[in-house]
Amino acid sequence: MSFPILSLMILLPLSAAIAVLFVSANIARWMALATTTALLALGIFLWASYDTGGAQWQFTEDVALFGDAFGWKLGIDGIALMLIVLSVFLMPICILASWEAIEKRVPEYMAAFLLLEALMIGVFSAQDLFLFYIFFEAGLIPMYLIIGIWGGAERIYASYKFFLYTLFGSVLMLIAMMWMAQEAGTTDIPTLMVYNFPVEAQTWLWLAFFASFAVKMPMWPVHTWLPDAHVQAPTAGSVILAGVLLKMGGYGFIRFSLPMFPDASAQLMWLVFGLSMVAVIYTSLVALVQTDMKKLIAYSSVAHMAFVTIGLFAFNRQGIEGALIVMLAHGLVSGALFLCVGVIYDRLHTREIARYGGLSNNMPYYALFFLLFTMASVGLPGTANFVGEFLALVGAYNANSWVGAVATVGIILGAAYMLYLYARVAYGASADADAASMLDLTKREWLMLAPIAAATLWMGVYPESFLAPMRKDVGVLLARLAPAAPHGDAQLKAGLPKMQVYDLKETNTAHGEAHSK
Amino acid sequence: MTTLHSLALALPELILSLGAIALMLVAAFGGDKAARAVNWAAVALLIVAAFAACSTSGVAFNGLYTADAFSAFGKVLVFGSAAVALIMAPRWFAQEERFRSEYAVLVLFAATGMGMMVSATNLMSLYIGIELNSLSAYVLASFVRKDMRTAEAGLKYFVLGALASGILLYGMSLLYGFSGTTDYAGVSKAMADGVGIGELFGLVFVMSGIAFKVSAVPFHMWTPDVYEGAPTPVTTFFASAPKVAGVAMLVRISIEALGPATEAWQQILIFMALASIVLGAVGAIGQTNIKRLMAYSSINNVGFALVGLAAGTQQGVAAILSYMAIYAVMTLGAFACILQMRDGDGLHVEDIESLSGLSQHNKPLAAAFAILMFSLAGIPPLFGFWAKFLVFQAAVAAGLLPLAAIGIAASVIGAYYYLRIIKTIYFDAPAAPYRVVESYAEAGVILVSSIVLVIGYLLIPALAVTSAAAAKALF
Repeated sequence: MSFPILSLMILLPLSAAIAVLFVSANIARWMALATTTALLALGIFLWASYDTGGAQWQFTEDVALFGDAFGWKLGIDGIALMLIVLSVFLMPICILASWEAIEKRVPEYMAAFLLLEALMIGVFSAQDLFLFYIFFEAGLIPMYLIIGIWGGAERIYASYKFFLYTLFGSVLMLIAMMWMAQEAGTTDIPTLMVYNFPVEAQTWLWLAFFASFAVKMPMWPVHTWLPDAHVQAPTAGSVILAGVLLKMGGYGFIRFSLPMFPDASAQLMWLVFGLSMVAVIYTSLVALVQTDMKKLIAYSSVAHMAFVTIGLFAFNRQGIEGALIVMLAHGLVSGALFLCVGVIYDRLHTREIARYGGLSNNMPYYALFFLLFTMASVGLPGTANFVGEFLALVGAYNANSWVGAVATVGIILGAAYMLYLYARVAYGASADADAASMLDLTKREWLMLAPIAAATLWMGVYPESFLAPMRKDVGVLLARLAPAAPHGDAQLKAGLPKMQVYDLKETNTAHGEAHSK
Repeated sequence: MTTLHSLALALPELILSLGAIALMLVAAFGGDKAARAVNWAAVALLIVAAFAACSTSGVAFNGLYTADAFSAFGKVLVFGSAAVALIMAPRWFAQEERFRSEYAVLVLFAATGMGMMVSATNLMSLYIGIELNSLSAYVLASFVRKDMRTAEAGLKYFVLGALASGILLYGMSLLYGFSGTTDYAGVSKAMADGVGIGELFGLVFVMSGIAFKVSAVPFHMWTPDVYEGAPTPVTTFFASAPKVAGVAMLVRISIEALGPATEAWQQILIFMALASIVLGAVGAIGQTNIKRLMAYSSINNVGFALVGLAAGTQQGVAAILSYMAIYAVMTLGAFACILQMRDGDGLHVEDIESLSGLSQHNKPLAAAFAILMFSLAGIPPLFGFWAKFLVFQAAVAAGLLPLAAIGIAASVIGAYYYLRIIKTIYFDAPAAPYRVVESYAEAGVILVSSIVLVIGYLLIPALAVTSAAAAKALF
């Protein structure tokens, strides 16, 4: 067995989380930053040494730590790799965002974040059903504390709502997992991904998993915990919530629901599409009338996540790859938008849109970054979201043109609420003297926003870097889904390119020659 | 030879009863000055008895008493919990009232009774075990005589306990009348060719009587009052050792004596399990007194444990045993924390409000509280999750999917009130600080239980092997 890098990536933040509890506030900040940066380095190393097109599961580890019950089994494929990279990328930025905003109980705060990071990496790398569940569920504890201790005025209500909603979603999944382990005789996720469960059982299992992932995602109508949690959480909490925790829902669909229950997924596609369509339109409209910046972005998250679910259940390559890119892009962009809100919240201590205005005058660099992320959120070509949303919509159109049409309307609404937000915050006259006297970005804030901006543009201009590691895994998933995949209503027929019509005969012979060789 | 052999098998109970009698003499002559010495001697006796329980195996007194892997597991747990509960007693009594020597003696007698309950394979020896335990417990409940609340607790416990014993005894007499024997194996044999209506009645009464002892719904009403009224160390004891012993005796009688009637008692258990989970969870929500809350928590936990037994399989029995082991650690740790709730003058307080903002002046205690509460709520990665996991897994394996689904969904209600304590400790503005932890013994219990709950997953292989061996002894 090679060097257990994934275990290291879980245990390092875990031990750091314990260690920071015993030091002073300032040392805790630096320790947390050092640990998360080290993890970022490890993450980049992981990405660099990932063998694209190689074995499906890499960096595998298997230690029978818990007897026969379940195992410490870790391993990643390309999809998990990208999500781990996203997590470790956002984490140092979160620590920086909390540098001055968090003043009380700093060691505990940093410990909660480091614990959360360990659990996130654990979720994406677990290869054992119950190990996954433990990581998945354990993430509630640090997030509950982050919202509840360092959150805003309504933090207690929000923390309860977050905790109980997600817990209720997950417990039914646990029962389904137990049944699956019983039926298949194994808790190994790669084995279960190719195990054929009885079709009639699949529906129930699918629904149990759906209950968990739909809440986590979140999908309409179980999204209501999200705006509360986002609004009340401290900036870094919102970033990690939007950036990574929501992705666990999408990851769950792609790791469990689709490959393990392909028949049920196909049968219940309409449910996902229906809820997603409502979410795209409804939450976009709701976002349009928000007066609280964070709430607006939270609702936009729900809408964007609906693109993910639409893409995933389109049962074609464009849809699934698009959904994955939307997940990554949304992780970056909505995280960045929450950071942007955090930047001005730290100065004026309000999230009311009406209290700002004209920020492009006194905070030009800030306005520039905010504009970039606004445009990315809208899905402007050249930014990450465009790639993902475009692919997801193509996939959706292939699967069902009505879904494609409705989802596209969501893009327009998305542009409406984001541009409206930007116009009110950055243009016009300053709301009052306080808003007008705000200073532009500090070096620390540059350090937070610039890397995300770079990553967003990179993903927008050359998405291949991010798609390449995942391509093979999407292929495996598609092969698994192929027998169950429903026919789309698009009836697309690929015509031949014009030039080739004339050379039809030649091309055919050329092909024939190629084959005969 | 046979009598000697039998006595050798019953060594744990012999050690405890002879030791208790000897210590009673010490208590009578030494007075309260000897209280601490008696207490520690009792702890030592319990530990020796636990070791003795592991070393014997066989059937004694013509089938009245069985020592096997199951009884060993149960007794180690029961005696261990009783010993830990004893360790936590002296400081509390010293601060509230004087610490009297008889306390440890009574606990020893109760432990002897509990040993009998776990080992009994005859209705008569079972009843004697129950009564020995109960009579000691009634006295313990009202141990602080000048306090009206504990007097009320003792009286309530006695009246309702006597009623339950009556019900139990009536059930036993029916079983005896219709099967012609009080022997577990005999009862089982008599039922093997079909369960008659009389036997069914007997079974229902026996189950009801035992449900009272383990405070399962609908026979739980005494629990909140007794837990609240009894002195806190006594509540600690009630919540741990007798609970484990009660569940163990329920398991043994269900499998060994009533095995052929599994379908009959399964229905009862499914109802009691779900009702206990839901009522325990809902009842706890409005509580302001932490001991009352823990009473509902114990009802709730018994519900979860019974899910394992309701499965009626060997896996289920192993699960319920593991559950009780983890529950004992959690509940002892939680009460050790509750014992630290003292205001500036050192007086014990019990209202949850007083925990407000504990995390800001006593971080270790707050962290321990949080670990214990998250664990009781069954949130991974804490060990309490594993306890629930095992019983639900057993239920799923036995095909009881609706029971598992409803039970686990109801566990979310339970999570709320545990979260409320964590919220009070971590989110609320600080109240007056507590006195610092003064007892090394109690600090040790808190530390050990917290650590076990955090790294407990490494104990899974050992727990799995021992609980499976114990469960196998019954089948």
